[in-house]
Amino acid sequence: MTAPARSLAEVERGPRTAPPRPAAVPEPPPRRARRATEDPPAVRWALVAVALLFVGAFVLVPAATVVAEAVRGGVALWWKALVDPDALAAVRLTLLVAAIAVPLNALFGLAAAWSVTRFRYAGKSVLVSLVDLPFGVSPVVSGMATVLLFGAHGWLGPWLLAHGVKVVFAVPGIVLATVFVTFPFVARELIPFMEAQGVEEEEAALVLGATGWQILTRVTLPNVRWSLLYGIILCNARAMGEFGAVSVVSGHIRGVTNTVPLQVEILYGEYAFQAAFAVASLLFVLAVVTLVAKQALEWHHRPRRPTVLRSAP
Amino acid sequence: MSAGARRGVLPGFGLSTGFTVLYLCLVVLVPLSAVALRSSSLGWEAAWSVVASPRALASYRLSFGASLAAAAANVVLGGLVAWVLARYRFPGRAVVDALVDLPFALPTAVSGIALTAVYGPTGWIGRHLEAAGVRVAFSPLGVTLALTFIGLPFVIRTVQPVLEDPDPEVEEAAAVLGASRWQTFRRVLLPALLPAAITGFALAFARALGEYGSVVFISGNMPMRTEIAPLLVMTRLEQFDYAGAAAIATVLLGASFVLLLAINRLQAWTRARAGAA
Amino acid sequence: MSIAIRDVHKAFDATPVLRGVTLEVPDGELVALLGPSGCGKTTLLRIIAGLEAADAGEVRHDGEDVSARSARERNVGVVFQHYALFRHMTVEENVAFALRVRKRPRAETAARVAQLLRLVQLDGLKGRYPQQLSGGQRQRVALARALATEPRILLLDEPFGALDARVRQELRRWLRRLHDELHVTSVFVTHDQEEAFEVADRVVLMNAGRVEQVGTPAQVFEEPASAFVMRFLGAVNAFKGWVEGDRAFVNGLDLELVAPASAAHRARAHVFVRPHELDIHRAPVPGSFAASVERVLPLGAAVRIELSAPGVGGAVEAELDVRRSEALALAPGDTVHLAPRRVRVFPSREDELDSLTASAL
Repeated sequence: MTAPARSLAEVERGPRTAPPRPAAVPEPPPRRARRATEDPPAVRWALVAVALLFVGAFVLVPAATVVAEAVRGGVALWWKALVDPDALAAVRLTLLVAAIAVPLNALFGLAAAWSVTRFRYAGKSVLVSLVDLPFGVSPVVSGMATVLLFGAHGWLGPWLLAHGVKVVFAVPGIVLATVFVTFPFVARELIPFMEAQGVEEEEAALVLGATGWQILTRVTLPNVRWSLLYGIILCNARAMGEFGAVSVVSGHIRGVTNTVPLQVEILYGEYAFQAAFAVASLLFVLAVVTLVAKQALEWHHRPRRPTVLRSAP
Repeated sequence: MSAGARRGVLPGFGLSTGFTVLYLCLVVLVPLSAVALRSSSLGWEAAWSVVASPRALASYRLSFGASLAAAAANVVLGGLVAWVLARYRFPGRAVVDALVDLPFALPTAVSGIALTAVYGPTGWIGRHLEAAGVRVAFSPLGVTLALTFIGLPFVIRTVQPVLEDPDPEVEEAAAVLGASRWQTFRRVLLPALLPAAITGFALAFARALGEYGSVVFISGNMPMRTEIAPLLVMTRLEQFDYAGAAAIATVLLGASFVLLLAINRLQAWTRARAGAA
Repeated sequence: MSIAIRDVHKAFDATPVLRGVTLEVPDGELVALLGPSGCGKTTLLRIIAGLEAADAGEVRHDGEDVSARSARERNVGVVFQHYALFRHMTVEENVAFALRVRKRPRAETAARVAQLLRLVQLDGLKGRYPQQLSGGQRQRVALARALATEPRILLLDEPFGALDARVRQELRRWLRRLHDELHVTSVFVTHDQEEAFEVADRVVLMNAGRVEQVGTPAQVFEEPASAFVMRFLGAVNAFKGWVEGDRAFVNGLDLELVAPASAAHRARAHVFVRPHELDIHRAPVPGSFAASVERVLPLGAAVRIELSAPGVGGAVEAELDVRRSEALALAPGDTVHLAPRRVRVFPSREDELDSLTASAL
């Protein structure tokens, strides 16, 4: 736009008449520049589509299949498979195993986290890595370890058998294998959380005269309760769902040493697909409950990094 | 001055550490050493003949190959899902985010039969793949598929937090300096993601290597073709060949140890990188 | 209750943090441990509290060796740097904690808590949780909690560190008044000179795990015992030079010393002049040296003049009050003459040079 030359005084007073406008040109629509950290919409939608397809085909469809297959013959048939005496026995056994393994490992997790995050000593990092060990070991190998120790030809098995204690192909073996497999869950949750929380509150309690037990029950446990619960939920899910390790030690005795996952396997092997999926739907519900509880815990008490860290001396 | 006080002044050091070490030994270390010791009872030559038998070698090839392929698939596809979850808002995002954990929460036996039902020759998806000439069930492809399924949360959950880092300044700086979006991704974001992606890969790989439940249903368990190493251990055990089973299990244990060490290093690296940023 | 610390040593992972600290705190005094970060002041405080064990040396409370007693049994009140309030307890529960773990009767506990909350002016907020309080309020809760069992020693770790400037001012005065009321022996850690001077009866200056000087604020400021103290407290012009008898030399410049240095023969030394002890003249006066004005920075009540004096080796800072500055009407480029009113000299050791230049000037 070229404005006619004007004197300074004119500029200061403002133009007396409107400057001539150029012929009206349709202005282009105001184009908002994309923010520097944004991707082009086409890229965005393509990526979302691939992600949805992947998660859909790999997770959603199999999950939906469990439900669909479980009720394929109708709800009555589904119910019949669930109240089958063998299925009920399997549920009872699974609950029993979890009821023993989960508290044991929760106790261990608490002790390990207290030891590792509240004290300085040599070998601490080795201890922390060893806690992770069962995560890396094949469940089959875990179960086998129990057999080698307590089986009829194992180190302790013959002695135990002579005293009337049967471990392998019996409930104690299943418990032991489950304890092994679910060993790290609570500790893995608590150690980083308690590390991040620091020791100041416990030190304050100590200075104020609290005993060890009082510090644990009045300060530490209330502080870590959500983190502990989170670990317990994950531990429980694995304890109830473990298949490989338990499969090795159980001996698959119906109604006696079959946990729910083993019952699923047996039914499936017998081509009783509908019953297998019906029982599997129980475990599916367990998984969903676990995920919902996990989401709820994260939503309510996202283990945020506490700002209070121990000041370096 | 008491030595104990140097460790820290809070009570319970002896009790907590003692219990931790004892429990760790009883539950983990003693049983695992039983495996290693049992395989040594065979003697070197016998052990070697078991460990290096053609059937065992075929099972390692399948286990390692399929696990590698699955972990690699997870790095690409899982990385993509992590990106989408961390960066975009779209309908159903919360559902996808929750579903990602399902392979972790779902008992492996259930995953196994569900995958077989979907990808088997008569399954919802398997039917169409079969028609297209792709056989999933009872083939190495099926094994890889199952291992991809169970490894899915690992890459996503390690990469996602790095991407969610709320500081857009680095990207903005790259943009101001004249980098295109792709250049920013390749030269700025990708290097930052690398430690987490490799850690996720290693975690998924380690998990896949030992996996049993979700594979045995879909693999068909044909010796030399679709028999994974953990299944071979199981077979030997069912034949009461404990020493033979222990020998192959020791190979798997060794691989687990190496991976665990690598993962520990990787996680330290990831943390160091995150701390330096 | 008095505190006596004798030759305390402490190392973390072979890194020495305290190297032989000896210190006496008389009963009823309010003492500040002042020093740069990493000087060991917090570790010393934690050793007094029993939260850290010394590697060597002893700690006595009222003459009694408490080294073997745990933090739990020392009955020392501690206010932590980030307060360490129990986040799942209300204000009231936090303050009552020490009494509850001692199983004191309910009525007594309730009365004591009410009294303490009145003392720290928080009786209206007793049902709140720590997250619902401001920084200053949290600090007061921490203090009330520490005082619940009527400890005879109160330890505070950077008590004002996490607060914004205005709240900090108020709380400092309030803490001083509180101390004058309660007369509990108190030690607090700070890296802020102003804070230490304003609140404490005596200041303990620490550096690199050692005590450099102990004295009243006026003493340590006027009679610094070492080059470190000189540099740490307030702004200073530092020159490298020599000392001989009661005269100091910087680049051949002859400066008169206020006190004779200990060196009988010529020795290398740090020569210090505080900016406010440097007079500016338009014409040379005896003992002055020439400088040219670089910048004139009005700072409110005072004016800072940045000068360059090639004769003493570079940049020099002077501080004048506004009136004097107006009278001189200085402008950048002016040549002036600087006359130190007071010069302080400390013999230099080769090894301390780096740490000195690194610390606050």
